[in-house]
Amino acid sequence: MSNWNSFARLLRGEYEFVGLRNYLRLFEDPRFQTDLWNTFYFTLFFIAGCLALGIILAVLVDKNIKGASIFRNIYLFPMALSFVVTGAVWRWIFAPGILPNSPQGMNLLFSIFGLDIFRWKWFTSTVSFFRFNVALIPVIIAAVWQLSGYTMAMYLAGLRGISHDLIEAAEVDGATNWQIFWRIKFPILRPITLSAMIILGHISLKIFDLVYAMTGSGPNNVTDVPAIYMFETTFRANKYATGSAIAMVMLIMVAVVIIPYLGSAFKKEKVVS
Amino acid sequence: MKKALTYLLLVCFALFFLMPIYVLLATGLKPLKEVGLSRMWSLPTEVSFSGFLKAFERLSPNLLNSFILVIPATLFSAIIGSINGYVLSKLKFRGSDLLFALVLFGMFIPYQSILFPMIQFLQNIGLYGSIWGLVLVHVVYGLPITTLIFRNYYSEVPTELIEAAGMDGAGIFKTYFKVLFPISLPGFVVVVIWQFTNVWNEFLFAVTVTNEPTKQPITVALVNLAGSQVVEWNVQMAGALLAALPTLIVYILLGKYFLRGLLAGSVKG
Repeated sequence: MSNWNSFARLLRGEYEFVGLRNYLRLFEDPRFQTDLWNTFYFTLFFIAGCLALGIILAVLVDKNIKGASIFRNIYLFPMALSFVVTGAVWRWIFAPGILPNSPQGMNLLFSIFGLDIFRWKWFTSTVSFFRFNVALIPVIIAAVWQLSGYTMAMYLAGLRGISHDLIEAAEVDGATNWQIFWRIKFPILRPITLSAMIILGHISLKIFDLVYAMTGSGPNNVTDVPAIYMFETTFRANKYATGSAIAMVMLIMVAVVIIPYLGSAFKKEKVVS
Repeated sequence: MKKALTYLLLVCFALFFLMPIYVLLATGLKPLKEVGLSRMWSLPTEVSFSGFLKAFERLSPNLLNSFILVIPATLFSAIIGSINGYVLSKLKFRGSDLLFALVLFGMFIPYQSILFPMIQFLQNIGLYGSIWGLVLVHVVYGLPITTLIFRNYYSEVPTELIEAAGMDGAGIFKTYFKVLFPISLPGFVVVVIWQFTNVWNEFLFAVTVTNEPTKQPITVALVNLAGSQVVEWNVQMAGALLAALPTLIVYILLGKYFLRGLLAGSVKG
């Protein structure tokens, strides 16, 4: 209650100026350092996963075969779901159970197929390599599951925009499908890749719902991200100064990614029109 | 042979994407005695709706809250976005492009960084803790994307039409209602579907603005349900499916328009 009063005081505008002290303290905070590393690795693997899966799916669905649109709709449907729903289901799928005798979720599936060696503690593992917490892997899989359809849709729009004449001309010249993809389609898709990286990157920098619903901070903050720290420290521990410092760091990270992107999008538009 | 390989890959990926839906359905439809951890991947031997009934009983007030939230939030953000799009595409003024760029940046601002001023503002106007406060937040936060979609949509309308209406003495609003609004239906479909999905699925604003369980929308209630140790898994999974159902139905019926909203969000101008 007394802490709530301090928030009320803050709202009335009674505060003292402390300069950058909150930020300095934040960057010395081990939990926040972990969060930054988690965000870094999460962003890296999440973007890589979405781009790779997205382009594979786009190329497969773009083939002129029966039922392609059904598959496209299946790959895209997670975009219509809430991160909260995704988190709830994947938490159930990746919950490790108690090893070795009562496995759960994926571990149970591995046991059924006799693949016991693949069983591990998923998001409850505290193992890390080069500050990459392996507990993030299940969360990354869930995030890629949800957003790779989006990347697929972007690539698909790009592939559909490539003129048939161009492809035919290459075929006449004796180019193989592989050459057509790498020499013609891939370079045309490059700007789409950049757009996708930026959109996915900004989602990843501020990711909250999915992790919150799926794993929370995890043991030793192995799956903690800045947004969760911000939420807990603000609304559970009532530390508003830390909370707003984290929020500002998040805003700056997103702005660094987004502002040049918007700037270049506008320049291009001016050149075209 | 090559075709067979393509299908094999397509099916494998489809299994990956559908696995969570299988888990949701299989677990949600199981009677309580079959929910044990060791039977997670097996189909229910008998279909039971008790999980769904229990989940519905617990979540129905929150489902209702979500509809009360989503419908006005979607409509208002669509209408205002449409007028914004008209102004920013047809009535260019000094700095209108800069204004548009700033509006677009709003689409990317992390929710966290506006939480404090937002809560303060909602408290000042007496809407903190209510669904209406949340409606207001979503209307404002939806404007960048709705403005973007309508601006792109209207920029394909010949400017002569607008000028002709102006010559006939129609004012700004009359021109909008007589010329643009009647041809805006496709734009509205895309925007409404996009906003419906986004507002329905949103969690952080919902959990910070509404603090009483009776006023919370479905996403918050679902997290609370899934976080509790005492609630059976079949009820949790049934609840997750209930929370997903409205947007899923919209996607299945109108996926084409959802896709357009999705691609508009990647700002290609």
